[in-house]
Amino acid sequence: MNPHRRSPLVIVSTVLVYFFLYAPVVVLFLFAFNSSKTNVLFEGFITQVGPTEIVSGNVIRSPCGAFHWFCELARNVEVRNAARNTLTIAFVSTITSTIIGTLAAIALQRYSFRLKTFSEVSLYIPIVIPEIVMGIGILVLFSQLFTLLNNTLSLSGDSQLTLGLGTVIVSHIAFSIPFVTLVVRARLHGFDKAIEEASMDLGANEIITFWRVTLPSIMPGVLSGALLAFTLSLDDFVITFFTTGPGASTLPIYVYGLLRRIVTPQVNALSAVWISIVLVVVFFTQRLQSRQM
Amino acid sequence: MLRKLREDRSFQGAVLISPTLLFMIGLLIIPLLLTLVISFGSRAPDGTVIYGFSFDNYVRLSGVRTECDNGKSLCLDPIYIQILSRSLSLAFNTTVLAILMAYPLAYFIARAPARKRNTFLFLILVPMWTNFIIRVYAWMMLLRTQGVINSVIGWLAGLVGLHFTPFEMLYTQGAVLVGMVYEFLPFMILPIYTSLEKIELSLYEASADLGARPFRTFLRMTLPLSIPGVVAGTILVFVPVMGTFIVSDLLGGRQIVLVGNLIQNQFLIARDPTFGSAASLMLMTLTLIVTYFYTRKFGFGEEIVTA
Repeated sequence: MNPHRRSPLVIVSTVLVYFFLYAPVVVLFLFAFNSSKTNVLFEGFITQVGPTEIVSGNVIRSPCGAFHWFCELARNVEVRNAARNTLTIAFVSTITSTIIGTLAAIALQRYSFRLKTFSEVSLYIPIVIPEIVMGIGILVLFSQLFTLLNNTLSLSGDSQLTLGLGTVIVSHIAFSIPFVTLVVRARLHGFDKAIEEASMDLGANEIITFWRVTLPSIMPGVLSGALLAFTLSLDDFVITFFTTGPGASTLPIYVYGLLRRIVTPQVNALSAVWISIVLVVVFFTQRLQSRQM
Repeated sequence: MLRKLREDRSFQGAVLISPTLLFMIGLLIIPLLLTLVISFGSRAPDGTVIYGFSFDNYVRLSGVRTECDNGKSLCLDPIYIQILSRSLSLAFNTTVLAILMAYPLAYFIARAPARKRNTFLFLILVPMWTNFIIRVYAWMMLLRTQGVINSVIGWLAGLVGLHFTPFEMLYTQGAVLVGMVYEFLPFMILPIYTSLEKIELSLYEASADLGARPFRTFLRMTLPLSIPGVVAGTILVFVPVMGTFIVSDLLGGRQIVLVGNLIQNQFLIARDPTFGSAASLMLMTLTLIVTYFYTRKFGFGEEIVTA
């Protein structure tokens, strides 16, 4: 019997599920090139290049040709701001949570200390409760805290504390740490301590051993933790939604706002750009990781 | 101090964990406690919180009313219980549907030649890397009355000369269910795959050598060995579905109110953070109870970690 043989039923359902996963993505990409402004039906590609001309809701001609909506997107100031916010939040929270989470993983895997059980339980909570519960909690905290501070320090106008980029960033750090810790711990678990002992026997102190032996060998885990934190931050809607303030909207928040009003193929162009960028990032991280293994 | 840092291992551990504890206490434990405190308070006319100690918000959630239309002093308004049971049944249906779709796929990948497995897994993750909101938007485009699915069916019907009235699919329970399954399906596929992949191929051969037919092998060997993956996947799907409000908001058109929508409304529209806090804590308690009993009954695999 060939162990790789699978029944036709399994193969058919596999094909169907892949179709289910990909049909929406294909539609998203296709409609980014739609000549129809209302974007309900696909009314063909924009074929002519030249000064923009719109006839009854259809783009007949555009300086960018078929890529009309991508050019519109690039000119959209709100999108540019939202993209900048999204990336700022993602980079800052990824770097911070990766460092803090890695330290926590080392502490939990290698050391025993007071509050260890408490730390482990509190790191599990964000994974097993619905995101909205944490989002609401942080919103309540900041709104109560800021009201209190604004009143006692009698701050007014621009100096008032409000929700914004800062609150979003610290919230993203908080929900990313547990995931980074989880991934790095898994890597530390399979790490042979004898290598560290050998390094110490050969005269290296703890710090040199950490930099030259421990860190390089857990690096793949740290990198996948960072990648996870980065994608979690980019993808997050719920916690951002409750902790963001005026002028600090991210791309998901911006798109959500659009979906309740009018949607042009710009949103599809944005999706196409988004998935392309993420794919490139993931591809390079995977390459980097497989080289280090 | 420096000497203590060099020699005391338990002190070193405490130093390493302290930034994490700072974040977890400041942005998880204190917020949850504050939510609890506020849920006992009441709402001021301007939407701020009056601290106090009353169970009014929880009584309101349970549906018991002391002011009734028909003059009685006590009656039952089941609206919040309905919202809760709607969320529970949607989460249940989503989970079952996800298991049914994920299992064959995970099985297919686990039995594929080793070098192809990573490619198949990668293909599952690619749609996940589009944004959550964007995936909901894709389903809005597909399900609209003049959307892609109706257009394709209409075109096919036209080919064979049939008259076709477009289906009303968006803003229904079904739309919310499909959207939820689409959002969370990979979280079911990955843990099931992890547990199936651990089964040695020689076990299948042994089972066949001993005369078991493929179906019997599946029922007596494969299925029991993959239960930890199904359990992990169930938690990873059930919990987020219980708390998500965007899918029902955009695909259910606000007619389908789930617990998540109730909480969001209380904070942003009705401006009653005290009642919203009570609802949020109820949601948390409920999901913790369900997952606790579920994992106690079926055991807990390491699949939830590797997913």
